[in-house]
Parts: sequence; structure tokens; C-alpha cells
Amino acid sequence: MKVGLFIPCYVDQFYPNAAIATLQLLEKFGVEVTYPLSQTCCGQPMANSGYEHLTKGCNELFIKNFESFDYIVAPSGSCVLHVREHLHDAANEEAATVLRHKVYELTSFLTDILQVKELNARFPHRVGMHQSCHGQRGLKLSQMSELVAEPFSKPGSLLKMVKDLDLIELGRTDECCGFGGTFCVTEEAVSAKMGKDRVADHLHHGAEYITGVDMSCLMHMEGILKRAGSKVKVIHIAEILNAE
Amino acid sequence: MHESTKDHAALAALFNKDEERVNWHDETLWWIRQKRDKNVHQLPEWEALREAASQIKFNVLSNLHDYLLQFEKNATANGVQVHWAADAKEHNEIVHRLLQEHKVDRMVKSKSMLTEECGLNEYLAEQGVEVIDSDLGERIVQLAKEPPSHIVLPCIHKKKEEIGDLFHQYLGTPANVADPQFLTEAARQHLRDVFLTRRAALTGVNFAVAETGEFVVCTNEGNADMGAHLADVHIASMGIEKLIPERKHLGIFLRLLTRSATGQPITTYSSHFKKPRKETPIHIILVDNGRSVQLGRKEFRNSLKCIRCGACMNTCPVYRRSGGHSYHTAVAGPIGSILAPNLDMKKYKDLPFASTLCGSCSNVCPVKIDIHDQLYKWRQELVKEGYTPAAKTISMKLMAQTLSSPTLYNAAGKSGRFVLKHVPFLVNNKLNPWYKEREMPEAPKESFREWYKRRDA
Ligand code: SF4
Repeated sequence: MKVGLFIPCYVDQFYPNAAIATLQLLEKFGVEVTYPLSQTCCGQPMANSGYEHLTKGCNELFIKNFESFDYIVAPSGSCVLHVREHLHDAANEEAATVLRHKVYELTSFLTDILQVKELNARFPHRVGMHQSCHGQRGLKLSQMSELVAEPFSKPGSLLKMVKDLDLIELGRTDECCGFGGTFCVTEEAVSAKMGKDRVADHLHHGAEYITGVDMSCLMHMEGILKRAGSKVKVIHIAEILNAE
Repeated sequence: MHESTKDHAALAALFNKDEERVNWHDETLWWIRQKRDKNVHQLPEWEALREAASQIKFNVLSNLHDYLLQFEKNATANGVQVHWAADAKEHNEIVHRLLQEHKVDRMVKSKSMLTEECGLNEYLAEQGVEVIDSDLGERIVQLAKEPPSHIVLPCIHKKKEEIGDLFHQYLGTPANVADPQFLTEAARQHLRDVFLTRRAALTGVNFAVAETGEFVVCTNEGNADMGAHLADVHIASMGIEKLIPERKHLGIFLRLLTRSATGQPITTYSSHFKKPRKETPIHIILVDNGRSVQLGRKEFRNSLKCIRCGACMNTCPVYRRSGGHSYHTAVAGPIGSILAPNLDMKKYKDLPFASTLCGSCSNVCPVKIDIHDQLYKWRQELVKEGYTPAAKTISMKLMAQTLSSPTLYNAAGKSGRFVLKHVPFLVNNKLNPWYKEREMPEAPKESFREWYKRRDA
């Protein structure tokens, strides 16, 4: 199975460990992983700001880079959701449609495609799981607290396979952290307050680490933790699942 | 209506100056969201109810012209007088004319967000007509000379001590008394006098049944009934989207409405008005005010399914932390942010951006409006129509150009340079608002790309 690895630009630059863990984890399960070097971005920063019409070039490039793979996997629910919902190419719509269906966020790729039942991982810490909205409500990685429906969690089921990991309960299981892309600067006051409140919930329940499927939310919460001088760390879920 | 030149971000920043109040506001509304959760989880058929309501409303929107005429015909046959208003101005003038015909200059009004939308109170005040709002929450904000901050809980932004002060000032209760029961009793006495002396009553409409020509008004305080039953004339204002086809559909909506709104199984009073009593006419005003324009916008017509339960506000993490007034429009929160730009794109261009697109609103909505998707679509629309600052457009174009070309992206040797300079939240510059309450992430020695190249070499 050939997988194209898609790494969001800010993960490439600031959180290489999340990307390395993703790659290593996939390789552990016998997947042939390639990181196409001409990749740039999925186009979401423009689209969410109202400039979806400017993402044509990004889309064409994305298709060119990833067309030949069986699957495309990214350690980000948000970028994957964007591709799933908005990747189009008038000149090559067939390819775009195929791609929209074979792009996966890492944890759902592990549970749904690789059908992982066991992990050789150990992480002896108290961990709080942040449900990033785009992964949860957009990609339906976990059941949503608003709906009257059976609970499940794809990332949660993987964390349960990790030895000695103590997954904490939260007061609000799936409240947004307030990152929201450009929202975090254009609505600075509300964004920061939302982040502080989300972090406080994890701290209150004794988290040593806050994890999640999206580094962007974690980066936002890390900024708040660091400003408060907290020792609590953020860590991408790939790094926990890859921890030995 | 709330006149302001500040946008949502600025008003929200003001609200956030008092963090303790923000916490209180957030927790009060979150408590209501939890009540809603507890209540709806007792109904295994909840999601099926939402789906049914959504389908019925789609049917209504697709056949609105027929249902409106059917409703008019049946209501008229029942002896109700039906009026049509194209916009807020016409609506207000019709109300005023009816009051003049009845020689009335003091009116009691139960909750109606439509009249807030139309600015009726201000208009009538200018014509020398006094309006007293009889919903307790609305009366409180009226005394405070503020607009409601929430469509179901108009004074949710006020603490009980502040309400005590208002009542002391206007209703003569003792100073520094904030006991809710005592204050409610004082309001009850005050409103009783209003009910007994006002000869005209205006109510809103929650549902109008095309099949029977009747309409239903839901209140928890019985104030709509008190007003309408004691007055000589009853005027009901309704948006044209409030229709449902048949009476049998009502049960679905009544089961959804209050569970979503406050976590109660049903409103205390769901009053049906069908035929006027002798000598006491009922007038119903069917108001368009932008609704048919919204109906014509394919991407946004869905928003007209709204039954004004307020659940999307209670669940919205941004609303809870910015307060209803920060939306500077009659209907605040997520639903307001997709309705308001339809009425005035320029004035409300900020609202579709006052969201993280987390999607919680769409999940609680009892009629399954895709609220967060519409927020996204409004952003595209506003940019297309030229309502974004030129500087933003220029930087977005530059970003798009660079991200389309690996050569440009990698031109500076380290692609990170581009990210650092142009991705808004990563701009490495102490003036970036990010810094105000957050630290920047630290760039490691080696990017993933570099690691990967080294590994492959
Ligand atoms: S949009 Fe939905 S949740 Fe919001 S007020 Fe309307 S019906 Fe209620």
C-alpha cells in the first residue's frame, strides 16, 4: 500500500516530531510512505477567510502531488476536512473526486483502513484528549455531545491501546479551543479566553499532557500554557501512539 | 436597535475586559445547554424528530406561496384580519394605523423578535405610543434601555443584583434586594396593572397552521394570553416563514422547541388563537422583510427553517464569551450571523467571521440548519461582493500565489520563511495579537522536510 504523507506547513516547521511520528507509525504497520517534496498547503487559510476562489492553484498542485497514491494521510483533521469538502479542479474533476475520497486523517486511517487492534506503545502519563472540532464534528472521528447517538471515538480507541496511559475525563468533552485559523488573531480576545478555559479544564482534571489530532489547536493551547508558566505539555497523538 | 460602529471583535474585546463576568455568562448558558442535553437524551427518537422537523420546513419553504395563501384564506374565514407587510417600515405603519383606528396610545407586547428586528418600539415611541413589554426578561432590558441580548433569554447578560437595582429605580422595590422570587413578584404586580389597563396587545407567532388558519404563541409566563385576552384588539406579527402545513405537525415542533431552548419538555403555555371573540378583533401581519430575498439565495434559504429556540446561542463558545450585544443585531449568535448579512451585508460583514466554525450550532439545531456551513459560505460571498479590506485581499493573493508554486514557496531556501511571514497566526512580530495572551511556538533546529531529506539521502 502506497501512502502519500501530507504535512501541514506549520507542522513541518514547528512540530517536526509529530510528522516524524506519523511517518514511523505508518511504516510500523508496513505501509510504504512517501513525502512529496513539492507539497505546500491545502488552501484552507485562504478558504476559511472567504477566499476559496483563490485556492485553484493550491488544488491543482495538491492533485499533482498526491494523485498517484493509494491513500493520502495527514496528521491533521482540519486540513483533511478541507480537502474532503473543498478540493475541486474544473479541468480534472474526476481526479479531484477520487482524491477527496482517499484522503485520511491519521487516526481514522489507523482504525478504518489499517484496522489497527493492537499497538506496541507505552506512555505512562495522565493525558487529556482535546477533540478538535474539524476532526470530530467535521470528519466524525468521535461522537458529538450534542447528538443523541451511540458514543465512540477513533482516537480514543487508539489511546486505550497504549500501555500505562491514564486518559482523564473532562468537564466539557468537546468544547472548541478557540483557535479557528485567522480567528485567533482577528478575534483575539474571545479566542484567547476560549483557549484559557479549555486548558483550565485539562489542568483541573490533572492532565500532564494534552493531546489531539490537530497540532493547530494544540499550538494554541501550548501558547497559553507557556504564558502561564505551566509545566503541562501538548503532544500530537501520533507521538503517543508511536511512543515506546 | 443597537446602533454601533464597532464590529464584533471590538465589542467582544470590551465584554472580555471583565473576565469574571465572562465566566459567569459562559457558565449560565452552558448550564442551559446541559439541561438541554439531559432532556433530549431521554428521547431516543430525538434525531428522528429533528429530521422530521427539518423535512417539514423544507416542504414549507418550497411551497411557501401556496401555504401563505392557504393560511390567509383560512384565517380570513375564521374572522381574523390578515395584513401583508413587505418590510419593517410597512409592518410598523400597519401596527400604528391599527392602534389609531382603535384610538389607543398604550400597548402591551409579549415576546416578538420580529418586532425587535423591525424596531417597532422605537417607531411607536416616535409616534407617541407607549409600548410595555410583558415578557419579564424583555421588561427588564426595556427598563435598562437596552436591546435583548438573547432571543429566548433577553436579559441573560444581567445579574440579579443589577435587576434588583433597576427594579428599585423604576418599580420602587427596596434597595439592594436581589432575591429572584421577590423581584418576580414585584414585576408581576407591575405587569398586572399594565394588563388591566392596556386596550391593545401585540404578540409574536411561533407557528401558524396553513390548514386551519390558526396560530400558536408559546410563552412560559402566560403573558401573551394575559395581554391578548384582556385587550380590545389583538395584533399578531409573524415572519412569513413561521408556517407549518398541518396541525398534526405541531406536535413535532412543540416537542423540539423548548427542549432545545431551555431543556423543558414543553412551554408552560402553548396558546392557540383561531377565531376572534365578538367585538375583539384579531389582526395578523405577515411580514417579509428580506425573507423572500433569503429564500432566493440558494445557499442560504435553509436559514429560514429557524424556529428561534436559541439553542445555537447557548452552545456557541463564542457567543457565551462575547455576549449577545457584541453581534449588534436583533438576533444574535450563530443564526443571527447568517440572517443579518442578508438584510445588510455592509453593516454585518463582520458577523460570519465571528466564529471558529466548530459546528456545535448545527448539531443542536432542532431543524438541522447547516449554520456553520452557511457561515463559511457567507465569508465567500462577502469577499466576492468586496466587503473585505483591500490589504487582506492583497495578502491573500500573495499567499495563494506562493502556495501554488513549490518554486516560490521554497525560493528562500527555507520554506519556513514564508510561513513565518505570512500565516497570520505565526507572523513572528511582537505586534501580532497572538502575543497578547499566548507564547509563540519555538522553531526547532530542523524542519520535518529537512529531516526527511537527510534520512532519504
Ligand atoms: S438556528 Fe436552529 S438552533 Fe438556532 S435558534 Fe434557529 S432553530 Fe434554534
